Amino acid sequence: MNVKTQRRLGRLLTYTLLLLGAGIVAVPFWYMVVTSLKPQSYIFEIPPRLWPHPATLTNYTTALGKDLFGLYFLNSVVVAVSSTALTVLISGLLAYAFARLEFPGREALFYVFLVGMMIPPVMLIIPQFIIAKYLQLLNSLTGLIMVYVTMNLSMQTFLLRGFFEGLPRDLEEAALIDGAGRWTIFLRIVLPLSRPGVAVVTIFTFLYSWDEFPWAHVSIKETTRRTLPIAIALFQSEHLTEWGQVFAASIVALIPVVIVFVVFQRYFIRGIATTGLKG
Amino acid sequence: MRLPRPLTRIASALPFVLPGLVLFSLFVIGPMVYSFRISFYDWKIVRPERSEWVALANYARALGDPIFRRAVLNTLAYTAVTVPGQILFGLAVAVLLDQDLRVRAFFRVVYYLPVITSWVIVSLLFEYMFVGQAGLVNYLLRDVLHLIRDNLRWLADPILAFVPIHLLGIWKGVGWTAVILLAGLQSIPEHLHEAAAVDGAGPLARFWYITLPLLRPTLVFLLVVLTIGGLNAYISNLLITNGGDPLDKTHFVLTLMYEATFTKLDFGYGSAISYLLTAFVFVISVFQIRLLRKQVEL
Repeated sequence: MNVKTQRRLGRLLTYTLLLLGAGIVAVPFWYMVVTSLKPQSYIFEIPPRLWPHPATLTNYTTALGKDLFGLYFLNSVVVAVSSTALTVLISGLLAYAFARLEFPGREALFYVFLVGMMIPPVMLIIPQFIIAKYLQLLNSLTGLIMVYVTMNLSMQTFLLRGFFEGLPRDLEEAALIDGAGRWTIFLRIVLPLSRPGVAVVTIFTFLYSWDEFPWAHVSIKETTRRTLPIAIALFQSEHLTEWGQVFAASIVALIPVVIVFVVFQRYFIRGIATTGLKG
Repeated sequence: MRLPRPLTRIASALPFVLPGLVLFSLFVIGPMVYSFRISFYDWKIVRPERSEWVALANYARALGDPIFRRAVLNTLAYTAVTVPGQILFGLAVAVLLDQDLRVRAFFRVVYYLPVITSWVIVSLLFEYMFVGQAGLVNYLLRDVLHLIRDNLRWLADPILAFVPIHLLGIWKGVGWTAVILLAGLQSIPEHLHEAAAVDGAGPLARFWYITLPLLRPTLVFLLVVLTIGGLNAYISNLLITNGGDPLDKTHFVLTLMYEATFTKLDFGYGSAISYLLTAFVFVISVFQIRLLRKQVEL
């Protein structure tokens, strides 16, 4: 066997294994799509069909039409967008202070924030609940947003600080000499130059806030304040067998995430690879 | 009057630091201290002033509780299965993707899809696939592969219920470990492989003697992060077994914490459980990092 055939065989093997793996990963998603297109009477059909026949969009129209689904979707959008914007701003300010400003206690404070990356978030959930209750932030989207921003703060500050430190100082110093204040420099020079870093923070915080379940589950009891993950989980526990509708709602909830991922894939992969952020 | 220099510096840094610091104190530092305190009380959420100091009773109760011990074992088993599972499959995917492939972006999206999907959605999906009657998995095992004669009641059995939970844990995490490992693989200089190939080392020898040792920092990182994640697993179990069904035998530590706190309103007990878990996670992480660092030096 010559080298060329050997290489060709190796490539064939690679593709076969990758396709096999991709198949295993994709089958549950495929089954979810198929189930969402089945009429209710076919949901527990034996054998289960892997092709939606007959196919119908009833599950989508019913699931989206009932239970304030539109409102839940809107809540998720409001929470995810606000959390993301605030995280970029607040962790950006912090990161700038850590990267460029000199003040007593800077190192100590930075380590305090680093500790935040090591605490398992669920450990905080009980006292967060009590504090949120005290501040009347239970059952409120504001409460969700404040906690989501806080839970992302350490990691994103750490990431942005790295980006800011890599920026050339000359520009900022020139601006300082021209009489620009720290704020102008931060908003007009540092943030725009760190667009890749800001993109990573944006994607991660958006996905985190869009998918988050434990805190929303604990802190939201009011029906009208639900976000999509709790709405979907509760819908399933209330309508045990209506899987078609559960998955129709799930797919609609999944679409924004997939769009964000596909569009920003480059930044995303680079971001995970360089920082080890958990997606 | 002019302020002394350190004070002016603090004053000018304050607007940058303050918003983050306030949030962090309120929702991270404060809670850490507060929940430590609560764990020594029979805490009354409605009337905190009537809470009773019980010293270590919550901790003692957890350690003596068979349901808690079972939950600890379940959590350890989940970690012991899903961490190596994610690393092995992730490594396989990373090695396969670490080549000049035209469709790499396509595979990346597919393998990453489970990672970006909410735990709620994938947990429900696995629950549905493992339903006892007319579930996809039973159908495949019974009618296609003929491995079982009768349908298995996956979700009603305290051992079998972990099959979907463990599989989900691996399935959802492989994309992430693969991306991290791929970055690690690509940082290994090409000339090392070339030199070894010139010396007559085959692909397997090169993988064993070059790739694996140079991947060690990445593998340590993954081991620590995935172990922490495994010990903190919670949503899949909560949704698939309702947290503990049947008979409180399938709890994870955190589903038990959740039930104690938010269903039974026993905030003191819940806090003690979460502190025990955090302490354990901390010890394990330090231990893993030490152990693996030592091996590198040898």
